Amino acid sequence: MNTNTSQTDEQGRLRHFLSIEGFRREQLEQILDTAESFAMLPGRQVKKVPLLRGKIITNLFFENSTRTRTTFELAAKLLSADVINFNVNVSATAKGETLLDTLRNLEAMHSDMFVVRHQASGAAHFIARHAAPGVSVINAGDGRHAHPTQAMLDMFTIRRHKGDFTPLRVAIVGDIQHSRVARSQIMALNILGVSEVRVIAPRTLLPAEARSLGVHVYHDLEQGLEDVDVVIMLRLQKERMEHALLPSEHEYFQLYGLTEARLKKAKPDAIVMHPGPINRGVEIASEVADGPRSVILQQVSHGIAVRMAVMSMALGGNAGEAAS
Amino acid sequence: MNRIHIKGGRLIDPANGIDDQLDLWLADGRVLAVGDPPQGFVPDQVIDATGRIVCPGLIDLGVHLREPGQEHKGTICSEARAAARGGITTLVCMPDTQPVIDTPAVWELIRRRAKACGSARVLAIGALTQGLGGEQLAEMGALKQAGCVAVSNTRRPMASTLVSRHALEYASTFDLPVILCSEDPHLKAKGCVHEGAVASRLGLPGIPAAAETVAVARDLALTEHTGSRSHFHTLSTGRAIEMIRQARQDGARLSAGVAIHQLFLMDTDVDGFDAACHVDPPLRTQSDRDRLRQALRDGDIQVICSDHQPHEADAKTEPFPLTAPGISGLETLLPLSLKLVEEGVLDLPTAIAALTAGPARALDLPLGRLEPGRSADICIFDPDAIWDLNPENMASRGKNTPFAGWEFRGRVTHTLFEGRLTWSSDS
Amino acid sequence: MSKRIFMQQDAILDIVQGMARLTRRHLEDRKIPDPAMIGIHTGGVWIAQLLHELLDISAPLGQLDISFYRDDFTRIGMNPQVKPSRIPFEVEDRHVILVDDVIQSGRTIRAAMNEIFDFGRPASITLVCLIERSGRELPIQPDIMGLEPPLGDEEHIRLQGPDPLVLEISGRPGNREDR
Repeated sequence: MNTNTSQTDEQGRLRHFLSIEGFRREQLEQILDTAESFAMLPGRQVKKVPLLRGKIITNLFFENSTRTRTTFELAAKLLSADVINFNVNVSATAKGETLLDTLRNLEAMHSDMFVVRHQASGAAHFIARHAAPGVSVINAGDGRHAHPTQAMLDMFTIRRHKGDFTPLRVAIVGDIQHSRVARSQIMALNILGVSEVRVIAPRTLLPAEARSLGVHVYHDLEQGLEDVDVVIMLRLQKERMEHALLPSEHEYFQLYGLTEARLKKAKPDAIVMHPGPINRGVEIASEVADGPRSVILQQVSHGIAVRMAVMSMALGGNAGEAAS
Repeated sequence: MNRIHIKGGRLIDPANGIDDQLDLWLADGRVLAVGDPPQGFVPDQVIDATGRIVCPGLIDLGVHLREPGQEHKGTICSEARAAARGGITTLVCMPDTQPVIDTPAVWELIRRRAKACGSARVLAIGALTQGLGGEQLAEMGALKQAGCVAVSNTRRPMASTLVSRHALEYASTFDLPVILCSEDPHLKAKGCVHEGAVASRLGLPGIPAAAETVAVARDLALTEHTGSRSHFHTLSTGRAIEMIRQARQDGARLSAGVAIHQLFLMDTDVDGFDAACHVDPPLRTQSDRDRLRQALRDGDIQVICSDHQPHEADAKTEPFPLTAPGISGLETLLPLSLKLVEEGVLDLPTAIAALTAGPARALDLPLGRLEPGRSADICIFDPDAIWDLNPENMASRGKNTPFAGWEFRGRVTHTLFEGRLTWSSDS
Repeated sequence: MSKRIFMQQDAILDIVQGMARLTRRHLEDRKIPDPAMIGIHTGGVWIAQLLHELLDISAPLGQLDISFYRDDFTRIGMNPQVKPSRIPFEVEDRHVILVDDVIQSGRTIRAAMNEIFDFGRPASITLVCLIERSGRELPIQPDIMGLEPPLGDEEHIRLQGPDPLVLEISGRPGNREDR
């Protein structure tokens, strides 16, 4: 039985943005191209455009994340939409209200779009499947499954620095197993046609059958960094030590921490990325995080343009008409 | 009393090695004669079974009744009626009701309700430990005296291997079969799907095959050590089958069973976050599924069950990891088993044996066979009837099935429990 | 749908020359010494490039893509070929010449003016269009216009380019607006 929720309408236009999976290369490139136009806006006196005037966008966050929520909120406001922030962990679900109840209540407020973050993998698909017709759903991170706008802002950053994706070798270092960002990045990189995606991690931080994701697996950081164009470092969560996946932060940094010396294995013009927030001295040395190859702060500002692109594409066209 | 003549059908009674065009005569709730008409028999009712198959009523080992405690998911009556629709005449229920069947009193309540409903026989598996807590032994002696046919801790974890050892030893004191749902709770952790490529892609917490094999190995060793009569319930991995096969060859006194959905669905069916396919143990790989099918052919698995777990709609209407596992399976047990025959996996008598004589033997029940004097528990089905499953039409209170829209060939036309018609599609 | 060529490059260039003369006179009348120019993507930019050179304007040419300002966005959706708007001069207190290829409903010009104001408050805006045709839905008129061809309600005129520039008419003729 196919319960896959279609992310595009009959004309191939964006309705939901739940996962990178299922998109074609041209579609991802169109998101990047549109984001490129929005990236020009900060140079103007008025940074807003009236594109989504009269639309209501609800940030539905079941997991605390001030950062991500703020970039979505800013993106929506720069598009002139009205924004409702709804943090559910302090709200109704504790009283026995189901996710569906919450959704129905918010729909009664005539939201045109839900930006959803939830601790369960598949939550964004679930909400998209049950949302009223014409309501768009953007996944702002569901469990370990996907964080597609984060992956797209990383692709945007890579394209700005490298231009063409096809010759690139990209290494993703760290906790792949628990990372929704890594899953979405791997899919996006493969769809955009990079020459190689590598993952570098100890076996406890790799998913089962990691190769089936379309990556080459390395356990040695220096080997894995050899000749790569892009290095993506992932955040290491403290609870990995508690669950006996790693002995200590100290050993992790010794083996998998990115230092200037190790970065020399990569190409001389390689860039260093990190979805943030960074743990200095755990996965990345300060000298690298603050160094000339780091594009970590650019990622943050690109995040706004990419989210504006995705939101405006999903709310333009038929979806918006059905809602009005 | 009601005297019934079932005529013209193909009688398949695997326990007696019968597969032939034979009539049945029933009286006083029992089988009176097979093949040759008893003298002076005047039937009150004649059931024309021409073109149909007549077999012992099905025995479903290990259903989860929701009464007492979770009547919104199903009641004894609603589920017994669903059983009758599916040709099932005996439901062997798991002890995880609320309260748990760890005292004769709870079982007595269920027994009375079931008797009042009258649609199927309900037998009980008592709890292995008090409250299924895994720490203190349940009063198995009393449970046996009250009529419990086996004991089990369901999928709830045992506190330690030592408690498991003592529980098996104590159960074997009363020659009570132990229904083992072998699973290592630590390796399972918060997993909800098979740990493999699909889990990796969807980012769903996985349950490794080792969660089952580690526990099967432990339980096999304890079975050997304690001499308990163990039934390995709802196996899901090919590796576990190899271990069971080896133990049987070494002479261990054990039986093994599989849930019917494990013989059709695989981890790839979870794709798209389909909560209908959220089951426990999880759907595994194609090679696991193929190995389970092979084990039925080889006789290493003797029991097919539905692992019936009805749920209200809300329980499945959440993001995948938050949904309740399980399938409402009573009404698809026989149809799916017939599909195995259609696909050439099993011959028809072997399939029927795994639904009748197999579970009867595992629990040492005087059921699942049709020689004179046995209870007249009978299933009659039309092997050529083609139909589509629509959950709306299911009798079970739980409409949670991944088989909605599947086309089936073969449908139950009559179910008789103790010589009474409990289901007839003709009427 | 029928398509026919209405005008070739040479004739168009002649018209643009005339528009340049009119624009210069307009600027002199208004005593505007140092204007800046913005073309509307795509056809307006081509015409603006010609005028920018003919009028010898010192500030670099600006380009607007009004996709983000369209009032029919929720109906037609995001233009997949959206280009960034680039205005490489300070708009605040500047006299701006806004150039488009065809003015019909006036909605494009409305969107463009809105966007210009988001860059700053210009001292004035002068509107220059190659083609003026009927169908106005907003009270917006060009200050300088190159040509006013007679077109039927169901005829559409498009500037193709940039090399060569060609004006093309499509749609069903008849039902002339000069009826």
